[in-house]
Amino acid sequence: MTRHYSALSLLKEGLRSQQGWQQAWRSPEPKPRYDILIIGGGGHGLATAYYLAKAHNIRNIAVIEKGWLGGGNTGRNTTVVRSNYFFPESTALYDLALRLYETLGRDLNYNIMLSQRGIVTLAHSEAEMEMAARTVNAMQINGTDAELFGVDEVRRVLPLLNVSPEARYPVFGGVWQGRAGTARHDAVAWGYARAADRLGVDIIQSCEVEEFLIEGGRCRGVKTSRGEIRAERTAMVVAGHSSHLAAKAGFRLPITSYALQACVSEPIKPVLDTVVLSPGTGTYASQSDKGELVIGGALDRVPSYGQRGNLPMLEGVVSGLLEMFPSFRQLRLMRQWAGIVDVTPDSSPILGESPLPGLFLNCGWGTGGFKAIPAGGTLLAHLLATGKHHDISRPFDPDRFARGRLIDEAAGSGIAH
Amino acid sequence: MTAWRTEGGTAIDRTRPLRFTFDGRSVAGFAGDTVASALLAGGVSIVGRSFKYHRPRGLWGAGVEEPNALLDIAGGMPNTRATQVLAADGLAVRSVNAEPSAEKDRHAFLDAFSRFIPAAFYYKTFMFPDWHLFEPRIRQMAGLGTLDGAVRAPAFAEQVNHHCDVLVVGAGPAGLAAARDALRAGRRVVLCDDGRQAGGSLLFRAATIEGKPGAAWAADVVSELEQAGALVLAGTTAFGIYDHHLAGLNQKGEGGAPDRLWRVRAKSIVLATGAIERPLPFGNNDLPGIMSAEAALVYLRRFGVAAGRRVVVATNNGLAYETAQALSAAGADVTVVDYRADAPSPEGLRVLTGRTIVKASGRGAVSAVRLSDGSVLEADAVLASGGFTPTVHLYCQAQGKLDWRDDILAFVPGRPVEGVEVVGAAAGDFSLPAGLAEGAGQDLGIVAAWPKSRAKERVWIDLQNDVTAKDVELAVRENFVSVEHLKRYTTLGMATDQGKTSNVNGLALVAELTGRRIPEVGTTTYRPPFTPVPLASFAGARSGTRMSPLRRLPLEREHRADGATFREYGGWLRPAFYGSGAPEDRIQAEATATRAGVALFDGSPLGKIEVVGPDAGSFLDFIYYNTMSTLAPGRCRYGFILSEAGNIYDDGVLVRLDENRFVVSCSSSHVAGVHALLEEWRQDRFDRRRVFIHNATAEMATLTVTGPQSRALLEAIGLGLDLDDAALPHMAVAMGRFEGQAARIARVSFTGERSYELSVPADHAASLWSRLRREGQAFGATLLGLEALMVLRAEKGYIVIGKDTDGTSRPMDFGLTAPLERKKVEFIGRRSLVTEDAARPDRRQFVGLEAIDGAGVLPTGAHGIEHLAGTPRSLGYVTSSYFSPALQRPIALGLIERGLDRMGDIIELQHLREVRRARIVAACAFDAEGGRLHA
Amino acid sequence: MQLFPCPFCGPRSETEFHFGGDAGNRRPEGFRAVTDGEWAAYLHDRNNPRGAANEIWMHMTCGEVFRMERDTVHHGVAQAFALLEGGGDDGLAH
Repeated sequence: MTRHYSALSLLKEGLRSQQGWQQAWRSPEPKPRYDILIIGGGGHGLATAYYLAKAHNIRNIAVIEKGWLGGGNTGRNTTVVRSNYFFPESTALYDLALRLYETLGRDLNYNIMLSQRGIVTLAHSEAEMEMAARTVNAMQINGTDAELFGVDEVRRVLPLLNVSPEARYPVFGGVWQGRAGTARHDAVAWGYARAADRLGVDIIQSCEVEEFLIEGGRCRGVKTSRGEIRAERTAMVVAGHSSHLAAKAGFRLPITSYALQACVSEPIKPVLDTVVLSPGTGTYASQSDKGELVIGGALDRVPSYGQRGNLPMLEGVVSGLLEMFPSFRQLRLMRQWAGIVDVTPDSSPILGESPLPGLFLNCGWGTGGFKAIPAGGTLLAHLLATGKHHDISRPFDPDRFARGRLIDEAAGSGIAH
Repeated sequence: MTAWRTEGGTAIDRTRPLRFTFDGRSVAGFAGDTVASALLAGGVSIVGRSFKYHRPRGLWGAGVEEPNALLDIAGGMPNTRATQVLAADGLAVRSVNAEPSAEKDRHAFLDAFSRFIPAAFYYKTFMFPDWHLFEPRIRQMAGLGTLDGAVRAPAFAEQVNHHCDVLVVGAGPAGLAAARDALRAGRRVVLCDDGRQAGGSLLFRAATIEGKPGAAWAADVVSELEQAGALVLAGTTAFGIYDHHLAGLNQKGEGGAPDRLWRVRAKSIVLATGAIERPLPFGNNDLPGIMSAEAALVYLRRFGVAAGRRVVVATNNGLAYETAQALSAAGADVTVVDYRADAPSPEGLRVLTGRTIVKASGRGAVSAVRLSDGSVLEADAVLASGGFTPTVHLYCQAQGKLDWRDDILAFVPGRPVEGVEVVGAAAGDFSLPAGLAEGAGQDLGIVAAWPKSRAKERVWIDLQNDVTAKDVELAVRENFVSVEHLKRYTTLGMATDQGKTSNVNGLALVAELTGRRIPEVGTTTYRPPFTPVPLASFAGARSGTRMSPLRRLPLEREHRADGATFREYGGWLRPAFYGSGAPEDRIQAEATATRAGVALFDGSPLGKIEVVGPDAGSFLDFIYYNTMSTLAPGRCRYGFILSEAGNIYDDGVLVRLDENRFVVSCSSSHVAGVHALLEEWRQDRFDRRRVFIHNATAEMATLTVTGPQSRALLEAIGLGLDLDDAALPHMAVAMGRFEGQAARIARVSFTGERSYELSVPADHAASLWSRLRREGQAFGATLLGLEALMVLRAEKGYIVIGKDTDGTSRPMDFGLTAPLERKKVEFIGRRSLVTEDAARPDRRQFVGLEAIDGAGVLPTGAHGIEHLAGTPRSLGYVTSSYFSPALQRPIALGLIERGLDRMGDIIELQHLREVRRARIVAACAFDAEGGRLHA
Repeated sequence: MQLFPCPFCGPRSETEFHFGGDAGNRRPEGFRAVTDGEWAAYLHDRNNPRGAANEIWMHMTCGEVFRMERDTVHHGVAQAFALLEGGGDDGLAH
């Protein structure tokens, strides 16, 4: 069987009709007991399992997933990775993720197609340029890469952008982060799953949590559609379902769920080489390697668990895109969808032990979960393995709400996540 | 393929020939031809190249399902389906993903390496040394059509809202019958169909309904509908069903007209969306010349084009016989290969039963097929029918769930969805509407003909994305067995046709490979749009200021006449400065003149929300951080409104007009938010009979007269009130009259000078402005734009919300702690001011910053820094920074950690890697005693 | 685009409404006695149910604040109540 991925193994398998490839992961039956149980087989859950096995040498781990691996927000986002944040706590978190992404393909032996084509966050007025300067200076001080672009530099990376002074949202410049870009979202989930499986992690799909096993005031595991599974420590990594599972565990979370829509155009030859975000139009876009424009905007207005697109938001997002790129009027929309995102009061994630001892949380990433996957996995693994916060995850503990110490990026920089 | 024009063709007008070019080659056709039918008739067999292997491809379909014939239209849209665009004189189209032409594509060699680039190969390689090395080339290879960056077509689409009782999607026999039933029951009906003409299958299948030929019956029903006022929309695709029965329709504009987006809110929706024919899985089933049997019937009957002279019709069901008979009657030599052992053989047709096609062969186009019995049939066209997939997309978008039917081998709508009915072939019913048609209905009589595992041949499942049966097998071998994993790993169903012809064959193969039944494998989620929709349709006329309208001042014309330069501030278009010359000089001059004499400023966007009633005082005590009920009538007080989280949301002056009447002056960009906040708390906590809220912002214009000469100017105008400081001191309000209207005069100042805010009904603003301008001449009155006002207020250390505060700012950061310490009653955000965060000693506090390095104005956005073990750390940042004309030196404001405790300290500031030095000073740099307010 | 029933105006587009939070999320009064935890629970914790929800909404065009029962998955609206008539105690947002 061929286990290792490389050009050579592709050549070899090509000569024997691809017959020798090993399964990307097994489909094991759940065991009754594990050291650590992770609920949720998305990017964060799979990454947590991988780092537990790899960095902490804990191998008796299960990841349970009610549907299919990567079927939640990991497979529904717009694939942007970046660390252009304002507060040092956020920069530390997202830059850890970006640094891990930079070597992830080789670490996992899976090409996640990290494409560091840069992101420009446009500024549409002198006031926004002042805010952009505030952000760029913060990023540079916090040790990540950032440049303040003037309009000429913006035009250089976005030749089709409408930079006319007469535009509704004229372009004055923007915040540039060159290390940002995109990664193939499914590959991130699959790469972590395959690597974790190789390290002995049981990944169990179609296994839904029915209730928590609570004994002596402590979480001892879960009852699932495939039987009881016990564990010393349990982690809940279920973006889009966090409040629902929390209610089963007997507590509420500072989370409201919203649909976040995205859409893609038909594929065309390359026209957009960087990721671009316009706070004025509320639209952001990039072009995938397959050629589709991947387009997103703000959250829906109505709290929802319906993973469906709607028309008014789509109209707004598309209008924004065409305002920025008039020539894109020639394109068609191919597919529209939505993911359910967990929005916290400060739009920053929650990492830490829940009110139910023995149950740990990784949730509340809002619209920013995908870009954080390697960090979310690393930090939750650290917490589960050691029982203690990593320095980087400490500020994101759920205790920050009672302490009032929110990490509100939109409040600090004027630009939402 | 040797297709040819026959007699007939109900869609074309042979008296109107036309010519267009395809890949530079001239093609003839007739008015009414689609580009596809003309290409077929013109003998163009290779219409495109596949996405990955650049295989030559011909037409498969005749409608929205077409996967192969994608075209770039010069000056128009990339990736347009040839089956959906009318041929026209002078049209120039090119195949996509092929250079220089579909016929001779320089990347055709890639097919020879296909064994090394199976599904998902890119996840397994390109990791060393780095993906970035390989990506640009792969990016260039991917994508289909080419966008012309210089073209801005199409024009703005229209958008229409429409309400009706019944929306019927699909104008085939089932849809027409349903629409007529609804109409006759007195309902308001909308009927749409993506074809240019209503009739659906009746336009190309023989049928007799109510004694008439099908097409004639369809035309009669349409005219009955139209005469009775129903809306019949041809060329209109229902692309999505959204919540609460909102349907999105895109009506194609013809002859250069823009498309039109319909938002139809229907009480009920009937889906008569028909079914789409599936390919048969056999070796090389992607060769040009292999076409859907139903599409061949469309080309023959609608366009008068026979797909070939030696034709093999291959089928696993009964519906393909009409194609065989029609082509035979047109003069083609037809052989039917029927997969069913016990198929009836109609007279005059050569039928080989119980046999299947194993493999097609041919160079560039099909020339022969080998059958399961080993025999070989020569053919220039192979017309295949692998069964029909009901078009259930819209039903699923409406949250329907599918059931599998073994008798027709298809997914059909399952449980009913409220207000949505599915009829006809979309519901798996292939007969004509009950009670209408005469004679036997169509008999599907289908047997399974699914792709098989371990086939030696290359069997295509998804034509556009080049997914073969081997790719599906590979995915299953690697345990990508969930249907969503299959789709994503192989890209099956992710092309621009979104799997309309391919999905079910793929599912069937996975079912076989995993030992499951097809319904156990399930389907992927159906997402809008049903078929790609121009982005321009979604945008409509939302462009430029129509996308996000700017709010405009009542006096915009007057300001323009005075030479104002306008900029956007919080959604308002306002004068930034007046006159020509360098903006910075103008701004400095306006500020200087204000302090020297008198200035006029248009403050109309300032919020003016009235709070009225006996409980207004206690209500405002709750709303504001400051105590407001103690404010004397006729007086004003500055205050903060906090969020419940204890952060500053807005600031402004509250005016008490009388015992029961206050006016909240909020930031112009916060009017809607403050209004909603007041209303919400009013209804939630207060006696609604004892406090009322009225937003008078738009009713009243506010013009400010500011500067040492301001009282003299107002006295010259005469507003019918005593302007003596004893009667109207700073922070007092009084009522006067202007042109017989009540005018409110408030002594509040944002410049640090004596100031009067005059609020009059908006329709009197122009004459007040002109009075002020006229009388002001004697005082040398200047016009004050917003930029100079910003300089003046910064000299005084007055804050601008959102600029000098951020979303984390709390009142104590501005030195305002008294209300928290002394206020007796509850207010918004109070409890949040005694949290750990509010009490932390290292909060960023509002201070002045004085540049001490002689390097000019400090950059706004620069951060104060300190170094901890060699690593810089931010102490906060500069929020406002200007050259002060009054002080003749730079001034700046900022939020700096522990700033209020560090007065006089010198800190480093970093801006774009350069370092400046500044001293922390008081925020107010000018007239700290405030004497000028009374001067 | 969803249609919400304003008790005052009738069915209107979702874009006209402002979300006011969970019905029955009472504001803890007497700030000195309220603990950090109680305050944070009021301020931040949410029911956020998947399915039947009971929420406060404001129709911004007329200013009516009301209680609405709806489903967060299929988006069906069960009922809307004016706070004065039947919105009742439970209707209070704060």
